Amino acid sequence: MWNKRKEEEYSPKPAQAPIPASSQTKETAPMSSNPTPSHAPTSESRGPANIGKAVMIKGQIFSREDLTIDGEIDGSVELHEHRLTVGPNGKLQAGVKAREVVVLGTIHGNVEASDKIDIRKDAKLVGDIKTARIVIEDGAYFKGSIDIARPEVSKPAAAPAQPKAASAAPAAHSSSATPATAAAADSSR
Amino acid sequence: MLKDRLSDPFSPSLHSPPRKSGAPGQPLSRSSHGLDQFFSSLQDQESLSILDFSGASQANISFITNMGHRIYSNDVVRAMEEAFGSGGDFVENQTDPQRAAAFLRESLDFPEGSFDGALVWDTLQFLAPPLLQDTVDQLCRILRPQASLLAFFHAEEKAQSAPLYTYRIVESKIMSLTPRNQVRPVQYFNNRSLEKLFQKYNSVKFFLTRDHLREVIVRR
Repeated sequence: MWNKRKEEEYSPKPAQAPIPASSQTKETAPMSSNPTPSHAPTSESRGPANIGKAVMIKGQIFSREDLTIDGEIDGSVELHEHRLTVGPNGKLQAGVKAREVVVLGTIHGNVEASDKIDIRKDAKLVGDIKTARIVIEDGAYFKGSIDIARPEVSKPAAAPAQPKAASAAPAAHSSSATPATAAAADSSR
Repeated sequence: MLKDRLSDPFSPSLHSPPRKSGAPGQPLSRSSHGLDQFFSSLQDQESLSILDFSGASQANISFITNMGHRIYSNDVVRAMEEAFGSGGDFVENQTDPQRAAAFLRESLDFPEGSFDGALVWDTLQFLAPPLLQDTVDQLCRILRPQASLLAFFHAEEKAQSAPLYTYRIVESKIMSLTPRNQVRPVQYFNNRSLEKLFQKYNSVKFFLTRDHLREVIVRR
């Protein structure tokens, strides 16, 4: 039967990606090492999700809330509109996509943060970064490229009556991704 | 370790006079014609790829990305320490083919023509001749034609050790230097030896500063 609370906690992503919801996360240990009551309250009252330091996960993680990882992940992590914190014990061998990424532990993999990435002292990140803003504390180790993606200004509704430009515009838009940048991104591994 | 080769860490006698010397470990500020020339060569261009050997720093990242460029950060001093620092002599270890290959793989494993500029700072002077030439040749390979490379070499012939710094860009012609430690330079470089070292490149330009630092701008 449908359980409302379960639905809130584990609500699947809206059909945005062709990923079978069931097959993506393989756990070798419980999701959190913090003891939580079995009838846990909803995410609003229990704080951000947490993967504890005794946890290792191989596979893909998708989250629709902020997530703190202090364990080991081998795969990929996506929290498109949320914040990912990699705790001091966290070790990610994973590609990461999030709104904001805070690194206190280790990431081996490319990181895409639509808003900001914050690499703290003693953190280690080996991989390419694409973000709008970056903060690196002295003492952090980083090896890789940094591509600052300026936030796109939302276009006003396209001018309706310009049939002449209509054919040229899409081509111009798609070519605005700098080839040099793209090439270097591929090359940096 | 590279650190073990310290003769007298941050010895004041080795600090050059014109520098506003602070306490050991405190950043020093100085102007640099070489840095100025390097950034002049990037002017009016956007979306270039710049290789920075000084490791990740907020200052360098902000400065270069604010110019509209992409930066690739790599702490080559750390890579040297990892490759040659353990067991035996730091310089002798550089002649070990396996260690040398590991260093090159770790630091310069990029496709041909990946970068439009390289800030190698003072790292080259701590490499022994066979590996030094390999490193310079690899840099030539990964730079695009007309790309600029900025390198510093200590010009004090009789110096027993040279300070190893972390370089931070303050402005296009001002940088901040934070001493890391003192290291014995592997060899002394004069203009002639530098021309020979960079013979595969298109041009070499020198700036000799009052504080015994030879700033070199090389054009691929």
